[in-house]
Amino acid sequence: MSINMAEFHQVFFEESHEHLESMEQLLLALDLDSPDPEELNTIFRAAHSIKGGSGIFGFTALTSVTHVMENLLDKTRKGNFELNSSVIDLLLRTVDTLSHILNLYREEEPIDWQEVEFSKNQLVAALNGESFSTASASSGAAVVASQGDVESAVTSKTAVETPPESNTDEGFGFFKDDVELALATESDGYGFFDEAYIAKEITVDDLHPKGSESAVTKADAELSDDELGFGFFESLTPEAEDTPLVDDISQSAAEASVKANGNDDQPTATTNTTSTTRTTAPKTQTAEVEANKTDGVKVVTATTTKTDVPVKTPAAAKKAAPPSSDSTLRVETSKIDSLVNLAGELVITQSMLTLIGNELGGEVGERLKTALNELERNTREMQEAVMSVRMLPVSFVFNRFHRLVRDLSDQLGKNVNLVIEGGNTEIDKGMIEKLVDPLTHLVRNSLDHGIEKPEKRIAAGKPEMGTLSLKASQRGGSIVIAVHDDGGGLNRDRILQKARENGMAISDNLPDKQVWQLIFAAGFSTAAEVTDVSGRGVGMDVVRKNIEALGGRIDIDSVTGQGATFEIQLPLTLAIVDGMSVSTGNQIYILPLVHIIESIQPQRDQLKFLANEQLIKVREEYLPLLNLHELMEIDSHAQTPEEGIVVLLESNNKRFGLCVDGLVGQQQVVIKSLEKHYRRIPGVSGATIMGDGSVALILDVESLALHVNN
Amino acid sequence: MDSRTNTASKQEYSVHDEVEFLSFVLGEEHYALDIMSVKEIRGYEPVTKIANAPSFIKGVLNLRGDIVPIVDLRMKFGVGSATYNEFTIVIMLNVYERIVGIVVDAVSDVIKLTTEEILPPPEFGVAFDSRYLKGLATVEDKMIILVNIQALISSDELGLIDASNHSDQE
Repeated sequence: MSINMAEFHQVFFEESHEHLESMEQLLLALDLDSPDPEELNTIFRAAHSIKGGSGIFGFTALTSVTHVMENLLDKTRKGNFELNSSVIDLLLRTVDTLSHILNLYREEEPIDWQEVEFSKNQLVAALNGESFSTASASSGAAVVASQGDVESAVTSKTAVETPPESNTDEGFGFFKDDVELALATESDGYGFFDEAYIAKEITVDDLHPKGSESAVTKADAELSDDELGFGFFESLTPEAEDTPLVDDISQSAAEASVKANGNDDQPTATTNTTSTTRTTAPKTQTAEVEANKTDGVKVVTATTTKTDVPVKTPAAAKKAAPPSSDSTLRVETSKIDSLVNLAGELVITQSMLTLIGNELGGEVGERLKTALNELERNTREMQEAVMSVRMLPVSFVFNRFHRLVRDLSDQLGKNVNLVIEGGNTEIDKGMIEKLVDPLTHLVRNSLDHGIEKPEKRIAAGKPEMGTLSLKASQRGGSIVIAVHDDGGGLNRDRILQKARENGMAISDNLPDKQVWQLIFAAGFSTAAEVTDVSGRGVGMDVVRKNIEALGGRIDIDSVTGQGATFEIQLPLTLAIVDGMSVSTGNQIYILPLVHIIESIQPQRDQLKFLANEQLIKVREEYLPLLNLHELMEIDSHAQTPEEGIVVLLESNNKRFGLCVDGLVGQQQVVIKSLEKHYRRIPGVSGATIMGDGSVALILDVESLALHVNN
Repeated sequence: MDSRTNTASKQEYSVHDEVEFLSFVLGEEHYALDIMSVKEIRGYEPVTKIANAPSFIKGVLNLRGDIVPIVDLRMKFGVGSATYNEFTIVIMLNVYERIVGIVVDAVSDVIKLTTEEILPPPEFGVAFDSRYLKGLATVEDKMIILVNIQALISSDELGLIDASNHSDQE
C-alpha cells in the first residue's frame, strides 16, 4: 500500500508542478481590466486539482493553502471579487509558497507551517478585505460554500482553521446550512447508489459533511464523483420543480459530469461518472423532489445552477478539447531513451546491410537493393519519429521568464516588455533543463545592464518601455535561441580596457565580434566595475561553458545605443553531434564540428619549434600543435605533419592545431557512453558506432586543449 | 560421481547447493566461472584501441549498441599465446550491470559442482591472484580453478571501472 502511494505521489508532484506553472503563466498574462473568465477558470481548476490531490495524499499544508486560494479564485471568477495588481502579486507569492511546500513534501522535509499560516492568513485577509463590499449574497457563492464544506470535510483540519466563507457574508450561513440540510436529507435518497455501485458508498461519505476522517484517502475519481453529486443536485432541482422529465434530468446530469471532469482533469473519471449519472438519474429525481419539499433551498440552488453551469460548461468543453486532439502520455524518460537507442541501432544495422548489399550483383542484388532502399527510408523515418518523442516546445523554458522579467524590472525600476517568438520550436527535453540556467543569466544581464532606466531611455530618444525578446527558431540542423534587448549595447572600450587589466594582449583593431567574445573569459566574471557601465560580466564564462557542454555555441551582436543580441546555437538533440571523422593510423576519431575552425595542409615553413614544442604558423599567429596519434598512442601513417592534415580547433578561447592523417568526412554521429561499461578515457568524451559497426571515439576538444598548456 | 553435464541436456535448475560453472582454458590451465555472469560467447572481432590503457585491455567494441571493453586474460596473466584468429573466443560477462568481454584460449564445458566438491585454494601456483579465487575442483581428473569473476572484473588491478564509482564492489 505504502509503496503504491509513493508511486502516486510522484505523479501528483509532477502534475502539481505543472499546475503551478500554468497558474503562474496565467496570472502573469491576466488582463486586470477585463479578466478572461476562461483563464480564471483554468487558474481555479489548477488550484482545485492541487487541493484535491493533496487531500488524497494527506498533504495538509498544500490543502489548506489551496483551499483558501480556491475560495478567492472562485469568487473572482464569479465576478464577486475585484482583482487588482496587489492581489495578483499575492497570488503569485502564494504560487511560490505552494511550490516551496510541494518541494518540501517531495524531499520529505519538515513543512514550514509558519509559512503556510502566513500565506493562508494573507489570502484570508485579502478575501475579507474585499468580500464585505460585495457581500450581496450571490447564488454562486453558495456553491463555493457548500463545495468548500464538503471538501473541508476531506481535510477537516482546514475547515476548523479557516472557515472564511462562513464569516464573509450573511447569506453564506443561510445557504450553507440549507444545502447541508438538503444534503443530509438527501443522503437517504443516495442510498440506492450502494446497490448499483459499491463505490458509491464513498461518495455518500464524501457528501456527508460528517464523514470526515475516512474521506482523506479517496482517489481522484471519487472526488469528481463528489463534484458530480453537486452538479447533479443543483441541476436537477429546477427540472424537478417544473416538469421532471427523465431525459432532461439525465442530460443535465451528464452536463454536470462534464463540468466535474473539467474541474479535475481526469479524463478516465468521465466515463465512470457519466455512466453513473445516467443510471441513477431517474431514481434520484424522486429524492430530489423530496429534498426540495423539506425547505426553501430549491430556489437558491436553481439559480445557482443557471449561473454556474453556463460559465463552466463551455470552459470545460474547451479545456477538454485540446487534450483530446493531442492527448498526452506520461512515460519514463528511460523508456524513451532505450527506444532512441534501439532506433539508432537499427540505423546502424541498416547501413551495414546496405554495405553488404552493394557487394551483391545480379538480379538478386538488384532486388535486395530495392528492399534495402525501402528499409533505409523506413528506419530514417522511424528514427526521426522516435527522436521527436523526446522533443518539447522551447516555451517550457521561455514562459518562466515572464515572471523573472516582471519581478526584476520592478526591482530595478525599469519598464520592460518581454516578447517571445517561436515558443513552439521543439528541442530535446534533456537540453531544456540545461538551458534554464544560461538563459536566466542572459535575461538577467540584459535587464540589469542592457536595458536602461526609463529616464535614460527617454533622453536617448527611445521609447520609455524597453523590449527584451526571446526568440527560438530552427536553422538547418540546429536550434537558434536569441536573447535580444534594445538597451545600450556593449561598451567596446570598457571591455578592451578590462581585458588589458587582466593581462590579455589585445590589439586595438580587433573586430567587434571578437571583442564581445572577451566577456566570456573567466576573468570578466566577477568584475563589478564592468557591470556598472554596461559590460555583462556576471558569470558569462559559466554561460558559455554550459552552452558548450550542450554541444552548442554562443555569439554576440551588439550595436552601441541600440542593444545587444546573444545568439545561442544548439544541436537538435543531445544524443547526436555533428562531427568530422578523421583518421590516424587505422583508427577513426570524431571531432565535434563546433570546435573546428578550419583544416589546412601545412607547409614545411609553417612548422616551428619552441623549446621542443611544435608550433604552427597560421596567418600571422603561432598556434601549438598536437599530434593525435601521440595522444592516442597509436601508429600514424603520416611521419611528419606536412604529410597529414592539421585541423585548427578552438575551445574555451584556446586555439590549437591537431595533426591527423586525413579527413574522412562530415557526418552526424549518435553519442554513446563509454562509462557505462568502461571508464572515462582522457581526451575522449564518448564513442559512436560507425556504419560498418565499428566503434569510433569522439574526441573531447576541451580536455585536448589542456594538453596544450602542459 | 560424474557431475559433468552436457550443455544441451543440462538440468533446468541446480539443486540448492549445486552451482553451474562455465569452464575455459587459459594456457595449460583449466578455469571456470559462475555461469550466471555469462552473457554470451562469441568470436573475436577487431576492437577500437584506447589510449593510456594497459596492454591487456584490447579496446572497446560495439555489442549491439553498447560500447564494451575487451580484456585479454591471457595477456593479463601472461599465459597462452595472445593470437587472434577465427577461433579466438570472447566471453561476454555481465558484472555489476556492466558488460565486459574477456578473451580466453578456449571454452570447454558447463560443469555442475556442489559446495562439497569445491576445495579451498592454495596460496600460490596459479596465474590468478588468490583474491579472485573461489576454490579448486576436480572434474575427470583435471583440476579446475574456480574464479570469482565479479571480484576480478571490478578489481583496481584491471582498472575497468573508475575507482570513484565502484563502491558497489564486494
